[in-house]
Amino acid sequence: MKAAVIVFPGSNCDRDVQVTLRDVSGVEPVMVWHKESSFEDVDLIVLPGGFSYGDYLRSGAMASKSQVMREVVKRAGNGVPVLGICNGFQVLTESGLLPGALMRNANLKFICKDVHLKVESSQSLFTSAYETGQVVRIPVAHHDGNYFAGEEELDRLEGNGQIAFRYVEQDGSVEAAANPNGSARNIAGVYNETKTVLGLMPHPERLADPQLGGIDGKGMFTSLLESLS
Amino acid sequence: MKARVYVTLKNGVLDPQGKAIEHALSALDFQGVDQVRQGKLIELDLSESDPELARNNVAAMCEKLLANTVIENYTIELAD
Repeated sequence: MKAAVIVFPGSNCDRDVQVTLRDVSGVEPVMVWHKESSFEDVDLIVLPGGFSYGDYLRSGAMASKSQVMREVVKRAGNGVPVLGICNGFQVLTESGLLPGALMRNANLKFICKDVHLKVESSQSLFTSAYETGQVVRIPVAHHDGNYFAGEEELDRLEGNGQIAFRYVEQDGSVEAAANPNGSARNIAGVYNETKTVLGLMPHPERLADPQLGGIDGKGMFTSLLESLS
Repeated sequence: MKARVYVTLKNGVLDPQGKAIEHALSALDFQGVDQVRQGKLIELDLSESDPELARNNVAAMCEKLLANTVIENYTIELAD
């Protein structure tokens, strides 16, 4: 599985995800600077976490208009899988590849802690190594993770199985108390209609090595490896 | 020609920053503030002198970049 990691000015999780991709797949990912208009053919494109363009205007807004994103949007349209983590999720909603928007956390605080997520379905490129309904522990670190979409849009996303992850209690129950940032219906991650594009606020790459305290996030990368190799 | 673009959250979209300002005003004993909504003001200096062309151009800028129309509305004011 050959992956490309897109690097924007202000990205700061690009190397974390580079290490995880390398460790899991054994293939060195290609790092692509935001000014590139093209890059080699890859099996997966990753938009990493960070604060691209200093979060100017809106988180992810400037990055979504960058040169390299035109190519990413084009390849996503051709079915190349795209994974957006944290700021990468914000870039995906701003670019229109994913529905909804990510707003300031409801409590106005930067939240940096481990949360529990429910894997809504194992039927995707990104989650096949998990069980449907499995609860995993993954860190979040963001200021703008409050997922918003209109009620009709949310119904549509649920009906299409486009909700990837929800914030839950450790026992898997969907409670308001388990929602760290005010996201609509406890949504932590969503797919596009074809489930080839995934955006999520939590950072699976930060818990993908036992030395970092757990491997709950590794499943996403082993899923991709199984699906794309 | 100058343009001022006001970007505000749509009705029904929770504005936690506006809420926090509202609470702070109340804590400072300012009475009678029923609601606070926070937005952005973006000022543009344009070389265009035709108001209609300028307005259309700025509206396109808003749709493409200045506002996220999933959650935000925009209004445009033009001045010489």
